[in-house]
Amino acid sequence: MTGLSKRIIACLDVRDGQVVKGVNFAGLREAGDPAALARRYNVEGIDEIVILDITATLEARQARAHTIGAVAREIFLPLCVGGGIRTEEDAAAAVDAGADKVSLNTAALQNPGLITTLARRYGSQAVVVAIDAKRQGGRLAVYGRSGQAETARDAVGWAREATDRGAGEILLTSIDRDGTKSGFDCELTAAVSSAVNIPVIASGGAGSFEHFAEVFTAGRADAALAASIFHFNEHSVEHLKQFLATRGVPVRL
Amino acid sequence: MIALVDYGAGNLTSVRKALTAIDARFWTPSAPRELDRAAGIIVPGVGHFSTTASLDDEWREAIRAALARGVPLFGICVGLQWLFDGSSEADGVPGFGVVSGTCRLLKGNQPPASEYPPLGESGPVWKGTETGSPLLKVPHVGWNSLRFPRPSRLFSGVPDGTQVYFTHSYAAPLVPASAAVTTHGVAFSSAIEDGLVAGVQFHPEKSGNAGLRILRNWLEGVHQHQSAPPSGEAHP
Repeated sequence: MTGLSKRIIACLDVRDGQVVKGVNFAGLREAGDPAALARRYNVEGIDEIVILDITATLEARQARAHTIGAVAREIFLPLCVGGGIRTEEDAAAAVDAGADKVSLNTAALQNPGLITTLARRYGSQAVVVAIDAKRQGGRLAVYGRSGQAETARDAVGWAREATDRGAGEILLTSIDRDGTKSGFDCELTAAVSSAVNIPVIASGGAGSFEHFAEVFTAGRADAALAASIFHFNEHSVEHLKQFLATRGVPVRL
Repeated sequence: MIALVDYGAGNLTSVRKALTAIDARFWTPSAPRELDRAAGIIVPGVGHFSTTASLDDEWREAIRAALARGVPLFGICVGLQWLFDGSSEADGVPGFGVVSGTCRLLKGNQPPASEYPPLGESGPVWKGTETGSPLLKVPHVGWNSLRFPRPSRLFSGVPDGTQVYFTHSYAAPLVPASAAVTTHGVAFSSAIEDGLVAGVQFHPEKSGNAGLRILRNWLEGVHQHQSAPPSGEAHP
């Protein structure tokens, strides 16, 4: 039996140096200073932090080094950075600023070879491929450009290809559930998680403690990521983990 | 001063940040002879074992000479694996060999795809188990617990069962020098300690307060060795 804990990851969606979070990628509202939030999460027992510069890809900007640096100074936890990582140089800038992992989304769809390039340079453990998926009938369509551009790819197939190309983890977001607080898409997560032999982080839809328990069991997720449920003090990470422990889900307390 | 050996195996930003946080004085030597003035030596590393080939004969000699002077040596992640005879990840690349044994790939598993029905609008959902996925994924990424087979300096004041952050695919065998044991499918050495030689498979620089405590424990050991160099040897 594995002693590996299920990870709880806080996502900081950053725009103009501030944490924001919207519903279905639109209607953003302000949630605060990234470093202050990271500090709070660290005290509460978060397992990892993801910084996503959600407007970066659209505006062709790099994730901001100063935001990464400010968060990295506050916490001694794994830190992943995504948003606008288009080239090897963008990834190097994020790593130099203090990121342990970079998350590729649109750039990997456009240039899958970038996954391999970065895996060779930094190791697979440093390369996360983010997949934004939306149900289209029976299909799990992959979207690029912050959920705005549908691609011909299917989430399971793309996750397998990304793994073969050297990705170390998959960050899987359900566009349908994102920001809705109606629960993770467990079917989607289970389909991807059982198709690859690398960790899958479930994202999109966290609204209650029960949702996390579901995605770690029926959804077969290795980690779960949430933003708004933590940002607005609705639920503390500590209480969530205590709840999961009572449900038999292995967590770091 | 602590010598943080940069042999091109990944990014040292996090290790530097953690060393700064525990008030360690350190530098990155640009040549093996600079190890003459090291009070302690850290060999970090993420990624492939083959990168340790950059630690050539000159580096090995300098590190061996430092050990002979009573200078503590600390390996992190691939740095721990390098302390062993070698790794099946890179057969032609010998390790430093101060600990006997060979590092091997952790064995993952993957059940047949047929177990999982295709998705539909209202397709069946895989039910899972009480405690989650039975899949054993490799790389071993995330927080896992340390079990201590015996007391050690490195884990002084660290409770048995403390969780730390791992990210690796290859692991060191259980040996007499094992100071911590972790299980992911199989039990492996998550830390070793044998006199001046110590190492951890996990990332103390990414393991929150527990990780900083472990780094601090090692640093305190360095300071103790400094104030009491081995008798009968010239101290530079």
